[in-house]
Amino acid sequence: MDAFTTHTGTAVPLQRSNVDTDQIIPAEYLKRITRTGFEDGLFASWRKDPDFVLNQPHHAGATILVAGPDFGTGSSREHAVWALQNYGFKVVISSRFADIFRGNSGKGGLLTAEVPQETVEKLWALIAADPATEVTVDLAAQQIRAGDLVADFAVDGYVRWRLMEGLDDIGITLQSGDAITAFEKQRPEFTPTTG
Amino acid sequence: MARTLAEKVWAAHVVRHAEGEPDLLYIDLHLVHEVTSPQAFDGLRVAGRGVRRPDLTLATEDHNVPTINIDQPIADPISRAQVDALRANCAEFKVPLYPLGSIEQGIVHVVGPQLGLTQPGMTVVCGDSHTSTHGAFGALAFGIGTSEVEHVLATQTLPLKPFKTMAITVDGELPPGVSAKDITLAIIAKIGTGGGQGYVLEYRGSAIRGLSMEGRMTLCNMSIEAGARAGMVAPDETTFEYVQGREHAPTGAAWDEAVTYWRTLPSDADAVFDAEVHLDATTLSPYVTWGTNPGQGLPLSGSVPSPANASDEVERTAIERALDYMGLVPGTLLREIPIDTVFIGSCTNGRIEDLRAVAEVLRGRQVANSVRMLIVPGSVRVKLQAEDEGLDTVFIDAGADWREAGCSMCLAMNPDKLAPGERSASTSNRNFEGRQGPGGRTHLVSPAVAAATAVVGTLAAPADLPALS
Repeated sequence: MDAFTTHTGTAVPLQRSNVDTDQIIPAEYLKRITRTGFEDGLFASWRKDPDFVLNQPHHAGATILVAGPDFGTGSSREHAVWALQNYGFKVVISSRFADIFRGNSGKGGLLTAEVPQETVEKLWALIAADPATEVTVDLAAQQIRAGDLVADFAVDGYVRWRLMEGLDDIGITLQSGDAITAFEKQRPEFTPTTG
Repeated sequence: MARTLAEKVWAAHVVRHAEGEPDLLYIDLHLVHEVTSPQAFDGLRVAGRGVRRPDLTLATEDHNVPTINIDQPIADPISRAQVDALRANCAEFKVPLYPLGSIEQGIVHVVGPQLGLTQPGMTVVCGDSHTSTHGAFGALAFGIGTSEVEHVLATQTLPLKPFKTMAITVDGELPPGVSAKDITLAIIAKIGTGGGQGYVLEYRGSAIRGLSMEGRMTLCNMSIEAGARAGMVAPDETTFEYVQGREHAPTGAAWDEAVTYWRTLPSDADAVFDAEVHLDATTLSPYVTWGTNPGQGLPLSGSVPSPANASDEVERTAIERALDYMGLVPGTLLREIPIDTVFIGSCTNGRIEDLRAVAEVLRGRQVANSVRMLIVPGSVRVKLQAEDEGLDTVFIDAGADWREAGCSMCLAMNPDKLAPGERSASTSNRNFEGRQGPGGRTHLVSPAVAAATAVVGTLAAPADLPALS
């Protein structure tokens, strides 16, 4: 995984609440067995509407999504993270993320920056005034900077460290191999096996 | 120190604890299906890693299998490729698999409990958000993403931050015709789709104690729809009775040892929860959703809400969008909403008790001409039991379509879908836009309400039906 320290790009305002992962990527796109190529499924049903924000030419090439509250609810599908990343997004900003989506994002290197709803609305206003507004998301300082806006964001400290180091979770856990083996020796014998 | 059920199960599985880092938690049971696993197995291959404990892992095919003609190859080539990938991965990594055609095949969350693999005090994960179902046994069970699936395959552990705990107490006797599904829809309508975020919910109180294991599974299943990772019910005699005698349940002295341990699991009397919610069971009635998230629900006696009554701008926009998508007008009585399709099934309501509730309503009645009704058992075992009890004859005589086991129209990854604009009453768990097919409109309901709706043709409860002569 690539290390993430700071990112600057343009942003797309997604002015909706409760954006569930079925909207981020509908089930019909989940049948692939690779981790790439999901960009065509991103917001597939909403993108059929020519007025949908992602279809606006002035938002082409944006890498930051600024969404309403409760982003990523519902299904655990990590394809939602891959679809956002495959499309080109590096950061999602919202006032509240669903737990599984936030966890999946951290694993895959997509930054979920949590801010108060009023910051989201200030960003929406800035982008509405000028879609080319550059937004900087500084993970080291945990700060979002855009135009005259400077706002702190929240992110889990451990996830932040892992993202900044670009570390692979499984590699970290395998360093505890002896502890896992020791734990297995004292599991109760009545716990079932599947074989 | 007094501890909650969730805290006890957590503490019993901590492999490694270090200040400022997530706990490393041991996983007792890892369930796998075809949709969220191919990229995880691929990751193992790329890194040259194996599956640490195939004997604690079980795979089944459920999300995109067809529910008709299952003796023939899967017609959709992409679905077939995904199922074939699961079979190849399970063979390569020695993971036990119940494929389509096996008597143990079915929805992963129906299969685990049915085999006796889900037991109190365990940690259970699966690359599926409805893994919360297994919490009905007093297990800590939650959905994970594909990276975490790979992590569990490789290490049988997960690094996790402790969850907060929320007690949801439902006291009193449930009125007739009110089921676990109505309780959960009422809870989500009360606390919202984000209300459980960061929490493990523990369902308590006399109404919960009175539920069967099937009802408790329905309740825990929907915890994710309130934003919670997991829901739990403390194990009791109902739990032990359900588990005992199942294929993977302990026997003899091991059973006694297990039950002795399980009896220590319920939350201590003076345990403190981070949040508490109370519901009076006697005030509940059949619930239905009118909108596009599971929190947008009301008693069936209500009417479609108006954006004008929203408490803030975000809610007003959400109601407007939902009404527009659902094609509904504020003020319309919910009972007057006509339905095209009724779907019975899913990991929420695809178990034998659910099918019995449907049969009770349909016996001696007919599905309305304007309605197609699809009944999909949660597993092959559920199907066989229903047929053994003659429920299939009731369904078929009423004009319903009796299918093979799978997730089916809950998420429309197989050919069972709503057409654009079609409206369903569905016993499944999500009414998101397009969930049951692009452009499809979903009303979430209990099995009894679904069955009554099929007969009437508009949203209805069994109490609305004329008595049979």
